[in-house]
Amino acid sequence: MDWNNPYIYALGKFIAINVTFIVVLLIVAYVVLAERRVLGLIQGRLGPNRVGYGGVLQPFADLLKFIFKEEITPDKSTRFVYFLAPVIAITAALMSMIVYPFGPEVSLPFIGRVRLAIAQFDVALLYVLAITSVGVYGVALAGWSSNSKYALLGGLRAAAQLISYELSLGLGLVGVVMMSGSLDLYQIVEQQSGWGGMNWNIIYQPLGFVVYLISAIAETNRVPFDLPEAETELVAGFHTEYSALKFALFFMAEYVNMLTVSVLATTLFLGGWNGPFVAQLPLLGVVYFLAKVFFFLFLYIWIRGTLPRFRFDQLMNFGWKFLLPAAILNVVLTASAYYFYMGARLVAE
Amino acid sequence: MSVVGDIIESTKAIIKGMGVTFSKIGQEKWTVEYPDDPVTMQPRYRGQHLLHVDELGREKCVACFLCAAACPSDCIYIVAADDPRAPEERVGVDERYASTYNIDYGRCIFCGFCVEACPKDAITHGYNFELSVYSRADLLKTKDDLLITKQKQSSNYRVAFSDEDVDSEYKEV
Repeated sequence: MDWNNPYIYALGKFIAINVTFIVVLLIVAYVVLAERRVLGLIQGRLGPNRVGYGGVLQPFADLLKFIFKEEITPDKSTRFVYFLAPVIAITAALMSMIVYPFGPEVSLPFIGRVRLAIAQFDVALLYVLAITSVGVYGVALAGWSSNSKYALLGGLRAAAQLISYELSLGLGLVGVVMMSGSLDLYQIVEQQSGWGGMNWNIIYQPLGFVVYLISAIAETNRVPFDLPEAETELVAGFHTEYSALKFALFFMAEYVNMLTVSVLATTLFLGGWNGPFVAQLPLLGVVYFLAKVFFFLFLYIWIRGTLPRFRFDQLMNFGWKFLLPAAILNVVLTASAYYFYMGARLVAE
Repeated sequence: MSVVGDIIESTKAIIKGMGVTFSKIGQEKWTVEYPDDPVTMQPRYRGQHLLHVDELGREKCVACFLCAAACPSDCIYIVAADDPRAPEERVGVDERYASTYNIDYGRCIFCGFCVEACPKDAITHGYNFELSVYSRADLLKTKDDLLITKQKQSSNYRVAFSDEDVDSEYKEV
């Protein structure tokens, strides 16, 4: 196919983006189901298993329920912002999904040789961080515009927490960026393909990985950092006043963010689609990629089944007094090690 | 060094906790898939009442009104009648029997006082717990619904053997 024709190119990208969104939303739907079932198994229950075989149709039943629920708008809410907030949340969550490379260069029928990434550009990592930060607006505005004390407190907490942990999240990634010298996710993954596909960044960046993982859980408002929606004190947090599809949008946004964070961890630390025998059989890379992502998603659920919630002061202390120094330490260590490594290489030459 | 010690200690604790939750995934579940599998009831369970009959099929109730008097929620309604026929042909064991025996399950609190009050062991609690109906009027059960010979038995439960303890809270974990 002639990819130099701008119309064909644009049409191809358009179809690819739409397919990505559908696949992402399907994965999200089944992650929700998997969460409910795995949590149930952990707690000695079975979880939802009655809609379809083993509960496979449960996500669609839930979606139907969300569609037919009554839409409630609080009387004294700020209408426009109230309606805008869930849109911002889901848009910001979905927009970053297109930049991740999910497989190596393969030749497909009818399409030819392509790199398995919907969009590849130089500042992909920066783009991801920027777009996911916009998601804070959705949460904060939802809390403010509902004109409810629970929602407002939830929104404030969410904003404080997201801004605090974004620092360590970003700094945790700096080590990887320093090592690879690029913000292009495809290049970062390609650089981890040595040692038969096992030369992953986690070997060089264990501290960065831990810092990233913890702040990622905090960024996605998950247990044990789910203070913005602490139901014992705040009813449901920022989405207290949201119902029906608007609530579903927030719900989906949370799980899409989980997926984003898992994909990013896979791409940056676990070698993306790299693994044994990918060089011989490129499509195996997609399997490896999905397996790693699902491992992280399972980790999320597993952690939710295990750990209790932090107190707010514990959360802030942990973020600012432990995680941030650890992230800075990781940056300093990486920078020094890289400096000496390059120096030694120069001397050797 | 205390910081490093703390980190190691808490990491160990988290890993231990994760191990506990992971091992639970494969273990046996408490869930009873109720309409598909029968629920196990304790022998002492107080469900819908049963009006008993003797070996000749005669109702044990003699319409003494003690159950109605003991009932704290006033849900038992009895009309007494005389049956002057020969003992073998009677409706009940005695001349006096209850021609009407209604229990209003909209009011019944399943306290078991009627069962304690009955001098003839004519009324006991059965095990049927599926009492939901589509109309309030159907909550009023008459003698035809309550008699042990006429009551429809559900297959959705089984009664535990006396040596079988199904209450998890008393079970040693």
